[in-house]
Amino acid sequence: MKQFRAFVRKEFYHVFRDQKTLLLLFGLPIVQIILFGFALTNEIKDSKIVICDYAKDDASQQIIRKIEASNNFTIKKALMSHQQIEQAFKAGDVKLAIIFPNDFYDDLTHQNEAQIQIIADASDPNTATTLTNYATNIIKDYQASLINSQPTLQIRTETRMLYNPELKGTTNYVPGVMALVLLLVCVLMTSVSIVKEKEKGTMEVLLVSPFNPLLVIISKALPYLLLSLINLGIILLLSVYLLDLPVKGSLLLLVATSTLFIITALALGLLISNATATQQEAMIFSLMGMLLPTMMFTGFMFPLENMPIALQTVANIVPSKWYYIIVKSVMIKGLGFSAVWKEVLILLGMTVVLLGISIKKFNIRLA
Amino acid sequence: MADVTLDRITKTYNKGQTKAVEDISFSVNEGELFGLIGPDGAGKTTLFRILTTLLLPDTGTALVNGCDVVKDYKKIRSQVGYMPGKFSLYQDLTVEENLQFFATVFNSSIEENYDLIKEIYVQIEPFKKRRAGNLSGGMKQKLALCCALIHRPTVLFLDEPTTGVDTVSRKEFWEMLKRLKVQGITILVSTPYMDEATLCERIALIQAGAILSIDTPQGIIEQFPEKLYAIKAGNMSQLLQDLRSSSLVATCYAFGEYHHITLTEEGEQTTENLLASLKEQHAEVQLSPTKPTIEDCFIKLMQAS
Amino acid sequence: MTDEVVISTHQLTKRFGDFVAADQITFDVYKGEIFGFLGANGAGKTTAMRMLCGLSTPSSGEATIAGFDVYKETEKIKKNIGYMSQKFSLYEDLTVLENIRFFGGIYGLSDRQIKEKSEALINQLGLASHGHKLVGSLPLGWKQKLAFSVAIFHDPKIVFLDEPTGGVDPVTRRQFWDLIYAASDEGITVFVTTHYMDEAEYCNRISMMVDGKIKALDAPITLKQQFNTTSMDDVFFELARGAQRGD
Repeated sequence: MKQFRAFVRKEFYHVFRDQKTLLLLFGLPIVQIILFGFALTNEIKDSKIVICDYAKDDASQQIIRKIEASNNFTIKKALMSHQQIEQAFKAGDVKLAIIFPNDFYDDLTHQNEAQIQIIADASDPNTATTLTNYATNIIKDYQASLINSQPTLQIRTETRMLYNPELKGTTNYVPGVMALVLLLVCVLMTSVSIVKEKEKGTMEVLLVSPFNPLLVIISKALPYLLLSLINLGIILLLSVYLLDLPVKGSLLLLVATSTLFIITALALGLLISNATATQQEAMIFSLMGMLLPTMMFTGFMFPLENMPIALQTVANIVPSKWYYIIVKSVMIKGLGFSAVWKEVLILLGMTVVLLGISIKKFNIRLA
Repeated sequence: MADVTLDRITKTYNKGQTKAVEDISFSVNEGELFGLIGPDGAGKTTLFRILTTLLLPDTGTALVNGCDVVKDYKKIRSQVGYMPGKFSLYQDLTVEENLQFFATVFNSSIEENYDLIKEIYVQIEPFKKRRAGNLSGGMKQKLALCCALIHRPTVLFLDEPTTGVDTVSRKEFWEMLKRLKVQGITILVSTPYMDEATLCERIALIQAGAILSIDTPQGIIEQFPEKLYAIKAGNMSQLLQDLRSSSLVATCYAFGEYHHITLTEEGEQTTENLLASLKEQHAEVQLSPTKPTIEDCFIKLMQAS
Repeated sequence: MTDEVVISTHQLTKRFGDFVAADQITFDVYKGEIFGFLGANGAGKTTAMRMLCGLSTPSSGEATIAGFDVYKETEKIKKNIGYMSQKFSLYEDLTVLENIRFFGGIYGLSDRQIKEKSEALINQLGLASHGHKLVGSLPLGWKQKLAFSVAIFHDPKIVFLDEPTGGVDPVTRRQFWDLIYAASDEGITVFVTTHYMDEAEYCNRISMMVDGKIKALDAPITLKQQFNTTSMDDVFFELARGAQRGD
């Protein structure tokens, strides 16, 4: 145990004394998240919308005037019917439609509750979310101005995303970055740090010590497990406080599944370090072998459904695909373990197999 | 009692295509300072790695402290000390941290065996807060030796500890080894520098994966089969060419200030003739019998094999 | 060896911050001379050699290499020198002939010249049947001899050798020196560093660097007389013993 502690301490010295590695370790997620944050908070001005007002009463007119006053929107057409909306979307430049039902004001005053439907063109998910938020805010404003006279009334907005109902791209970016960063950091760091010892000749001395070679590996992996958890924390904090993207489901479940994924990645790193002899090789293997498939087959950059069946099958062996599904379900959709147990099981199986192979293949000797 | 025994060890790489060492047998006695002398690529490192359980031999058996290097590798690993050829310590850890780390990994502590490394460690102690990467070559070497010794090994394997190190540091290093020997540690050391051979008690000359000779340095020198002469003249480069073309000279090699030559049978009987003919072309010719060095013996054995 | 000076330095100095790596080095080396450049680890040999090869700009002082100034004419210097070190010499994953063609090419030799010269070269080294073998598969001694021949392939005025014989077997080491002598006979100046003291004896003159300064410079025999000893080892030891710094 004393040996183990000494070893882990040594690994931390290595990490903290190597500024470049630290930069890579913590800079990468921060930069990615912040870049994304900017993409999201970009204000959109004078976006063309259409309004379909079946009610034509005081309330709907007041809301429309508020919308007109906002510099986010320009009302292009006041359409008469539902059917014309889809045509307007297909015609191109219209991004959002707001529909007031018949008897909007009546419902509001008599039942204390009324509905407004917002339909957005979600083929550009980023814009769609932003515009929907703008519109919802305006409606909420109006609701707030009525609260003095009728405190209990409520306007519900029903949002529909056309063409891309799951809004792929926006909220999905954060789980994507999580998968990418965790995988990259764990695989790259473990493989490089082990291969570095081989290259420097220190591995020879470690092998010729009474220290169990497996413990060498575990104590190499442990610091990166901890660092990756810190990384995970940073990503989550940034996404909650910078991007307003809360963790809807159980935080514990998210952290637990992330830890599982980190271990998968560490096992992969270990496997690479067994197969390579120089830091360069390990780096190339990690980047080419991990980064590319992760980008391609995780689903956050290119929707998997659109790929040929063969590639979809390939995607099934990429661990980050499953992790991505889990994070999306837990973090974005707020689902519980019952919804992701299959994916967790697949990931667990992969981890066991990878760890098994890398431990079996780990050399207690040279060559 | 023998501390290290090799019995017909053969090792190949690339699935048998590259032969590293072939049919090597020798033993090292307890408390001995044993040198493995040979150029790069002779197979020194391969042998060291087999003995330190890092490589499996293709055939043959080897024992260290009576333990088999294949079956009892765990036992051996807790008993020996090893300093690999390219061992460079952890450059980003300080002197103290390096030593502390290796002590702990080897289930020991600096305090426990301080007496063993004290003499060496006091020389680098003033720099104990310095990172190993910022030490001079000589100091790195001393620190590496301390790290290899910190768990009081019974056998110490030093693979080319003096390569690339200047004469002054080399001398110091060998002084340290002599003092360690007094402590009863068996030491196996390899080196490409032939002049270091005489500092060992016994040596094995190794070339192209085979042992050329094993004996005490004195014994090897005594086995030199011919009479050896040292010769010099004003123009050494020209002299070398003339000697090579002479039918009276069997072998001729440059050895620093002199050329070392052996003569043919005819040459031995007519040394005066050789001298006379050389004096016609060269100024200040001096010829005298000389004692062979290990390098002379190595060359001789290399050519015989 | 002639009286024509090919390397001339005057108070050549290189500072790294407060640290003076090479301190007012002054010496001349002649055409065809074999000049041994010795020193303890960290004495500043590498720094000095880099300046002479035009790879590093001096902090102060003057030097001309093959008649060219080390400050302004580094490109011309590089064309007129050859360089070989123990660590980097040839590409292991190229064949013997590919290496020769490559290095001939970067020094601007024509294809015809390269073809003629490379044939002569591999015949002379006894490598004729190995021309298409990967350099990595050759024994170390052959590699070093080949590397030297490639370093002087473009007929440079000076060739710099950084520990060319480290770890080489004693016979090959001597064959290597035969090549050095042959180059010197052709008028190429050989500037060599080594850890083997017997090799110091083969040099026409040697310089000893200690703590960035040149502490001694003369023919081996004169130095031995000066220190009242018969071996270069003792000379080295006497001079380097007081060294304050290492690498």
